[in-house]
Amino acid sequence: MVEPYSLSRKLFVGCNYTVLALISIFCILPLLHVFAVSLSSSQAAAAGYVKLWPVDFTMKNYEFVAGKSEFTRSLLVTLKRVGIGVPLNMLLTVLIAYPLSKDSLHFRPRTAYAWVFVVTILFSGGLIPLYMAVKYTMIMDTIWALILPSAVPVFNVILMLNFFRNLPKELEEAAFIDGAGHWTTLWKIYIPLSMASLATVTLFATVGHWNSWFDGMIFMNSPTHYPLQSYLQTVVINQDFSLFTSGRIKDFSNINDQTAKSAQIFLGALPILLVYPFLQRFFIKGVVLGSVKE
Amino acid sequence: MERRLSYKKYRNLPLHLMILPGLLLVLIYCYGPMFGLVISFQKFIPARGIGGSEWIGWENFRYVFELPGFTKVLWNTIFISFMKLFANLLVPIVMALLLNEVRKEAFKRGVQTLIYLPHFLSWIILGGVLIDILSPSQGIVNEILAWVGIKPIYFLGSNAWFRYVLVGSDVWKEFGFNTIVYLAALTGINPSLYEASIVDGANRWKQTMHVTLPGIVPIIVLLSVLSLGNVLNAGFDQVFNLYSAQVYETGDILDTFVYRIGLLEAQYGVATAIGFFQSVVTLAFISLSYYLAYRFANYRIF
Repeated sequence: MVEPYSLSRKLFVGCNYTVLALISIFCILPLLHVFAVSLSSSQAAAAGYVKLWPVDFTMKNYEFVAGKSEFTRSLLVTLKRVGIGVPLNMLLTVLIAYPLSKDSLHFRPRTAYAWVFVVTILFSGGLIPLYMAVKYTMIMDTIWALILPSAVPVFNVILMLNFFRNLPKELEEAAFIDGAGHWTTLWKIYIPLSMASLATVTLFATVGHWNSWFDGMIFMNSPTHYPLQSYLQTVVINQDFSLFTSGRIKDFSNINDQTAKSAQIFLGALPILLVYPFLQRFFIKGVVLGSVKE
Repeated sequence: MERRLSYKKYRNLPLHLMILPGLLLVLIYCYGPMFGLVISFQKFIPARGIGGSEWIGWENFRYVFELPGFTKVLWNTIFISFMKLFANLLVPIVMALLLNEVRKEAFKRGVQTLIYLPHFLSWIILGGVLIDILSPSQGIVNEILAWVGIKPIYFLGSNAWFRYVLVGSDVWKEFGFNTIVYLAALTGINPSLYEASIVDGANRWKQTMHVTLPGIVPIIVLLSVLSLGNVLNAGFDQVFNLYSAQVYETGDILDTFVYRIGLLEAQYGVATAIGFFQSVVTLAFISLSYYLAYRFANYRIF
């Protein structure tokens, strides 16, 4: 499409670029501000001098956070949770999506199975009954309470199965003629062909586990078992000082509350900020392939 | 014949085996709780369990609907979720149209990368950020307002502002992500339509109005219909992390209400009854919306 650029068109293009640039900066300004506060001295932050650039640059806040046993302990819980939870999510996603991607002519119970899983997005027992289910299965206060209830990510299964369905049927037929069974077909043909989608779904699962906090708060009786985000909830949002011993409170007031919080907020977001730029190209492709069907 | 049948059965066995682990987990942690809904008809006492608690029929439901605060909470939920629904539909469409006019690929990708980012951060992180920047005494937003001569506003503690902060920050978090789908739909528009419209003398604005917008109408219809299922879901994570007793008046939603009644006040039967009500309404709306989506946009989830 080659068009002559009229004056009004040029004007529009200029404005458009400016507006879009402003909007995208606006999306990260608040984060930059918090980052700047976390690198500033407590006096400068308390006096409100810090805008987008650190004032009296210091790493003291990060040293303080790194030395806090609550922080490192909850970080370990989250790492454990991601380490077990994400592979389990992925395994179950693939194992469910593959059979459901078959058409019901060849795998008749497919529709029934599909409904069993879809109903769980449509209808749920709610908070209290879930709490009881976790309690009765005796995983309360263990890492499994954070992993098992959300082990089957139905939304990701749907993304994955839509992707599988778009793979050429001939590949599968050829594999069967060569003597492969379903397991071989899945591992040797479907998985290698689905890397973009798998990367997307892995990103979703990882972000999901990294970000969840509510299950940590209700299923973990002892705050020492809190994952990182649940712990951050108590310090950054709630300021529940009952969690600290009296010595801790003094410790806490020595270092400015605001700068320490900012450092923790930033650390809580850091892994996502690091991984995200590399994976985001995948997920645009992955999401779109899975969601928009013509 | 019989041999072929048994062969087929055997051949699909791996498929059943693959589903089995996921099925078991779903039965325990999704269907189990659904059966747990019976406690909304009980005066539930945890020590006695479901078998030992007294059955009281619809008493919990009656109690909930007669609670003085309940209608307010219900109204807040609907009000907030509708505002979000509308804003989250409108902003991404405008954004996608603007991005679509950008010819420099690198710039486009840069903008996309930045606007998706907040979607991937938790409401704990974003809540912490918002509490910090919106604070009436030290927040950077109020400092900027002070330059223009506006008195500090306690955004998160004011009933006049709280809902709009919720909607605004939700749009801020999600608009980039929602834009993806529209951009994808835009790339699917047949280029010959544009060529034809240019031959007919349409300028860019007319092309946008008569080719681009109609081209994405199906996806707009689809997404708005599907989001109907969320009428009773105004966003627990966000509200819970931003609200305080001062703004219960305008910010308390069903989910936060259930949390307080259920877990903090230990009225399990009552809280489950509210959750049950919520699930039934949600189910009705989702079913309706999927039916509408199927009817008008020919959409099926799987």
